[in-house]
Order: sequence, then structure tokens, then C-alpha cells
Amino acid sequence: MITTLPAGSAGMPPSAHPGRFGDGIPAAAAPDGIVEVRGISKTYGGGVEALNNISLTFPEGALTSLLGPSGCGKTTLLKIIAGLVAPTAGEILVKGRRVTGPGPERSFVFQDFALMPWATVLRNAAFGLELRGVARSEREAVAERYIEAVGLKGFEHKYPHELSGGMRQRVGLARALAVNADVVMMDEPFSAVDEQTRRRFQEDLLRLVAQERKTFLFVTHSIEEAVYVSNRIVLLSRRPSRVQRIIEIDLPRDGDPDRIRRHPDYLDTVEDIWQGLRHYVE
Amino acid sequence: MIGTGMNSLSTPPATVARAARFRPLAALVHPLTLRAVSFAIALLAWEIAGRWPVSPSFPPFSETATAFVALLSDGSLLRAFGVTLTPLAIGLAVSGAVGVGIGVAMGLDERVEWFGVPIFIVLQAAPLAALVPILVMAYGIGLLTKVSIVCIMAMPVIVLNSFKAVRHAPRSLIEMGTSFLGTRAQIIRKIILPAATPVIFAGLRLGAAAGFVGAVLAELLVTPTGIGDIITYNQSIADYPKMYAAIAAIIMVSVGFIEILGFVEQRFLRPETRRTA
Amino acid sequence: MLIGGYRIPAMASLVVWAIVWEIVGRADLTLLIPPLSATLVRLAEIAGTESFWEAVGITARTFAAGSAVAILVGVPVGILMGRVPLLDRLLLPWVNVFISAPLSALVPVIMAIFGFGETTIVLTVVLFAIWIVILDARAGTQSISPSLVEMARVYGASRWQAFSKIYVLSALPEILTGIRLGLLRAVKGVIIGQLLVSVVGFGRLFEIYSSNFLMEHMWAMLIVLFGLAFLIDTLLGAIERRVDYFAGSRN
Repeated sequence: MITTLPAGSAGMPPSAHPGRFGDGIPAAAAPDGIVEVRGISKTYGGGVEALNNISLTFPEGALTSLLGPSGCGKTTLLKIIAGLVAPTAGEILVKGRRVTGPGPERSFVFQDFALMPWATVLRNAAFGLELRGVARSEREAVAERYIEAVGLKGFEHKYPHELSGGMRQRVGLARALAVNADVVMMDEPFSAVDEQTRRRFQEDLLRLVAQERKTFLFVTHSIEEAVYVSNRIVLLSRRPSRVQRIIEIDLPRDGDPDRIRRHPDYLDTVEDIWQGLRHYVE
Repeated sequence: MIGTGMNSLSTPPATVARAARFRPLAALVHPLTLRAVSFAIALLAWEIAGRWPVSPSFPPFSETATAFVALLSDGSLLRAFGVTLTPLAIGLAVSGAVGVGIGVAMGLDERVEWFGVPIFIVLQAAPLAALVPILVMAYGIGLLTKVSIVCIMAMPVIVLNSFKAVRHAPRSLIEMGTSFLGTRAQIIRKIILPAATPVIFAGLRLGAAAGFVGAVLAELLVTPTGIGDIITYNQSIADYPKMYAAIAAIIMVSVGFIEILGFVEQRFLRPETRRTA
Repeated sequence: MLIGGYRIPAMASLVVWAIVWEIVGRADLTLLIPPLSATLVRLAEIAGTESFWEAVGITARTFAAGSAVAILVGVPVGILMGRVPLLDRLLLPWVNVFISAPLSALVPVIMAIFGFGETTIVLTVVLFAIWIVILDARAGTQSISPSLVEMARVYGASRWQAFSKIYVLSALPEILTGIRLGLLRAVKGVIIGQLLVSVVGFGRLFEIYSSNFLMEHMWAMLIVLFGLAFLIDTLLGAIERRVDYFAGSRN
């Protein structure tokens, strides 16, 4: 079941993907991968090798998870794609253009929310547009729309410290959506949120993914979370990380969200991934 | 190392809330009531100690209060404050503007940091008060000397706090600004400086406190002027109530000024602290 | 900082400042600032005089006595304030007043009551140092994790055991920070006290030097005092970091 993908191989949008759920078959090459990772390695100053020659293609319009044990370099890979961290070797192409830094076609949701405590929900959500010089009335109109979309209508003039952790991350999501980027990257967005809130958030995320028709890259260390929200899971090994396996997921996303968690395919996949990972855990 | 001193001057609302939650007994009594009780007990103790008397040069509170009213009504206290507070205000304005400027520059640029931080660390640890006699001897006790003394005393802590505030601006917020395509200028103006405001203001409050120490010291040494004149003159003629009244007055003004500084910060620069959930 | 790939030590810029001092002194810009070299020569000269060592002795004695009182009183008071809310509410307003009050204005009060001797200087040192010691000991005690306190209760610790084995040790990093800041304030206090009393120790030397415009002498004294203050800061900073190292696992 372990598949090592050669550089440049690509996946198709899962909606068009006929493969049975749970299959580890490498997807056929497709030119429409929106993000291409080519031979990325990252070695930190102290000689710690975080990533080793990673090549991947992220299909457009899907939610792809990077899943792996803690400290396996998945966040580093995401930040390299975001242009926040420079790789030691290799290159990233987004929509065919080489990444040298952050760009307007990508946005980011931070693990620790990264909300400005002195700014209201509205200003925080509109901040990406503010930095781009969009006029106040215009950017606030956009931000209000997304604040409503993430379920925070009525909280526009609250400050972050008045919100719960889950609500704060909703603001972070609204901010990332408001700049209308093609690729939205989420770095363990729910790790600082309690379990119940996380489940609600995961359900809302699925709804937003369906509505927004953007490409989502999602980093998590939770197998259940990855299987629940993703169209596709990239399994990374321990440091120095390599791509261990790619799993396509085709669960019925419409209808009752609780049905997914009881779906046999969901449970089988979670168990399957765990069996593959367990020998890495002491 | 400045951090702890700074916390003492600004008790963040969160801490108060936490303290109240963990200690049900204290929550029963309103903090303001207890504060009033605390001041009343202290004044009563002062009155008793003064009447006992602890020392012939320790007047009770009531006599000091009477002397305070007398100093206030004949205008001498206000005139003295005019003399004392003018150089203080100029000195604090100058060291505030210059000190925050230097500190922020050191926080933003590594070369400026290398050049500036060590000397200010030395100056902050040093007993700068020892410079006061030199300045007074060389230039007399004019306005310029007093302004320089206030600046010397207030500047190091303002500079170092501003430096630390900028240097310790949350990395994830700066990363967020970068990822949403903020320019360097935008990130400094919209993220680093607002994030640094609380610590910069803590530095300004500590600087103001040090400036008051310097101003009073300058006025007590060599040729007494202003509030220092009232203190030393009444000490020399053994009119202790008036001496104590003047001392209490300068302490109240100093503490009041620092409170006002905190209020200004909260009111105009920290919108998130104005409202409770 | 890196210049041409070489790491320049952080404190090296002080050498640059020393050179600036020398140049300003030689340029005769102001009679206030003599060249550094001349000041150092004078320092060596003064270091042989009896009055200098007498001043050092008085300063060290009063500094040590005042600091000891400030720590021995300040730490327990701070811990008590951290544990007893009523006491905290009663004392905190005063601590906050005195931490930011112009304490130099209170020195005349001490002089009026205790005269112009060493007692006054010791009390000035206490007055300057104690408030930050109290506040940091209080902050340290309040930051003790509640589960640690509950652990002590579950295993039946007596009040004294809880105080000595849990509160003091848990709050040690903050207590040490408070002591370091308190000692720095104590250095300022011992100087301000001597300046105002002006008949003993460095205060008397300053009085003599400044009334005779002996700038080199003045600056030589300043170098000594600055050096001492810096030494205390560095020494205590090192101790603090060691404690922080074991306390790092606290959270």
C-alpha cells in the first residue's frame, strides 16, 4: 500500500477521481495540479534535516491533508509552500509560477490564530485586504460577508480576547478567505481548540470547502481529522520527512455529518492509516 | 528584567479577574472599599504615631493636612510646583520622544542594537544620580540643568523598554503580516508598533517615576528650588508639618501623573481593554 | 552582529563608546568631560587614598545592611501577600504607590528622624529596594500552579512544610528577579542617600570634588560606582539564569 511518488506526478480533482475510497494508487499525471512541490529539502541551521527531497502535486479544488507524527516537518513544508520559509533545495510552483515569497494567490490560517489583540473581529478579518490597500468600506463589506460565512455574524465588533478559541480560529479562517486566494493553507488550525468545538468546526469547514471551490492544504496530526475533512491525504514519515503514501478519500460529504463518522469506509481508513503508522510510535 | 517592574505598574485586568476567581473571600469585599480601608488604616496609624510621638520631627497626619491646606491657600505650593514641574514636563517629553525613537530603532535594526543596547544597559544599572552634582556644579540649577537631569534619569528605562517591546513583538503576527503581503513599513506601523505599545508605555511610566526622582534630587541638592526649597526651608526652621505636606504633595502628584499616563494609554491606544466580555 | 562574516561580541560597542569619550574629552568641548585616559590615571591615584577606601567601606556596609533588610522583610511579605488575599488588598495599593513615588523626596524625612548618619543611608537603601522585592515575590507566589498546592495538601504537608518546600522554591525565579532588581535600586538608593546626607562616604567625596571642580576625580568615582552596579547586575543575572534553568520544567 505504500506508494512513493516520482517528482512531477499529479493527482486529479477527487470529484473526477473514480478510484475507490481508501486506495493507495498513485493518481495519473494531470497538468492541472495547482501547487507543485519539486524536490524540496530543508535542513535547519543546527543540521536538523526536516524534509528530504519531497515532490508532490496538489490538485486544484480539493482539500489535501499533510498527515504525520509530531515534528515530522509537515508545518515546515506548508510554510515553504506559503513562502514564509525558504527551502534548502528544490522549488515550489503555484499556478505554474515559482514561489519566492508570499503571494496574493495563497493565504494562510495559523495554528495560534495570529489575531491582533488590539483589533476587532472585523478589522482582523479585513486585515489581508487592508494590507493590500483596499478602501475601508469595500474591505469591510467583504470581511462582513466572510464573518457571516464562518458563523460569527454579530461578533464583528468584539475583540479576540472576548471570543473562545474556536471562534478566534473562525476569524483566522474568515481573514484567509476574504483575500480570495486560490490556495488556502491551514496549519493545524484546530489543535488549540477543544474536541467538541473541533468537531463542529470540521463540519463547518466541509461546508465552506464545498461553497468556496478553492484549493485547501491542511496540516494535521490527527488521523480522524484528516480522514474526515480531506479528499486526499499525504502521509509523511518521521524526520527527515519523505512522502510515505498518498490516499484518496471519497466519502459521501453531503448529508448528515455524523453519518461520515460512522461510515465503514471512514473507520476502515482511520484504522488502515493507524496500522501503517503504529510501528513508528514507540 | 524590566518586565517584572513593569507588571507592577500595570496590573492587567486578566490578572485581577483570575485573582478574584481563585479567592472567593476577597471577591466578597469590593476592591475599592478595601483600598479605601487600607488608606484609612495607614492615615490612622500615622496620626497615632505622630501624637504618641515617635519622634519630635514626626508630626501627626492632622497637622500635616492643616499645613497642606495652608501651603495650598497661600499659593506657595502651586508656585513651587510650577518651578518643579516645568523642567520635569519638558524633560519627560524629550526623553519620551527621543527614548522611544532610539529604542524602536534598536529593536528594528541589528546594527543600531549592537551600538546602543550595551551602553543603555550600563546606564540603566548605574546610579546616574551621581551625575547630578556634576551637572549642577557646572551649569548651576537653571532650567536646562534640570531638564538634562530628568532626561538622564528617565531615558535608559524608556529606551530599553521600547527596544524590548519591539524586539519581542509576536513572531506569529509578523509572519501573518508577511503572508498577507504586508510591506516592511506596513508591518512596522500596523503590527510591531501596536503590539509594542503596552511595554513602551510601561517604560514611559517607569521613566516618569525615575524623572520625578531626578527632579526632586536636583532641587534638594546644592541650591534648593521649587518643591525642594519648601522641603529644605521648612526642615531648617523645624516646621515639620509643612515639610511633610510638601513631600506628600510631590508624591501624590507623581503617582497621579503615572496613573494618568496609564489611563491615557488604555483610553486612546488600547481599544481592547476598554470593554469587558 | 556580523561584520564581514565575523561575529562581533555584543558588549564590544562599549569600546567604541570609550573611544568617543576620550575624543570628546581631548577636544575640550566642555570642562564637564575630561578624557577617559586622564580619568583612569586619576582613578589609580585615588585608589591609594584612605578616604576612598573609607567611602567604599561605608557604601558596602550600608548597602549590605539595607539590602539584607529589604530581602529578609520583602520576600516573606511578598509571599504572604501572594497567599493571603485580604493582606494583599490592604498592602498592594501602598506598594504600588511607593514603587513609582519619587523616593528621593522621602530621604529628608528619614534625615529629620534619624539624623545624618549611616542609619539614614541604610534606611534609604531599604526604602529604594524593598518594594520591587515584595512585588516580585508576590507575583512568584501567585504564579505557583494550583495543582502543586493541591498536591501538597493531598500528601498532608503542614503549613510550614508547604511554605518552605513549595511556595519559596516554586516562586524562586521571580523572587531572584525581584532581588536583582531590588539590589540595583539599592545601589541607586545608597548613592542618593549619601548625596543627600553628604557628610559621609562618597557623598562627602562628591561634595569636596564638586565644590573644587575636580572633574577627573568625579568621573573616576562614577566609573567605580557604574562598575560596581554592573557587576552586581551581571552576577545576579547569572544566578537567576541557573535557577531559571531548573525552573524551566515548572510549566
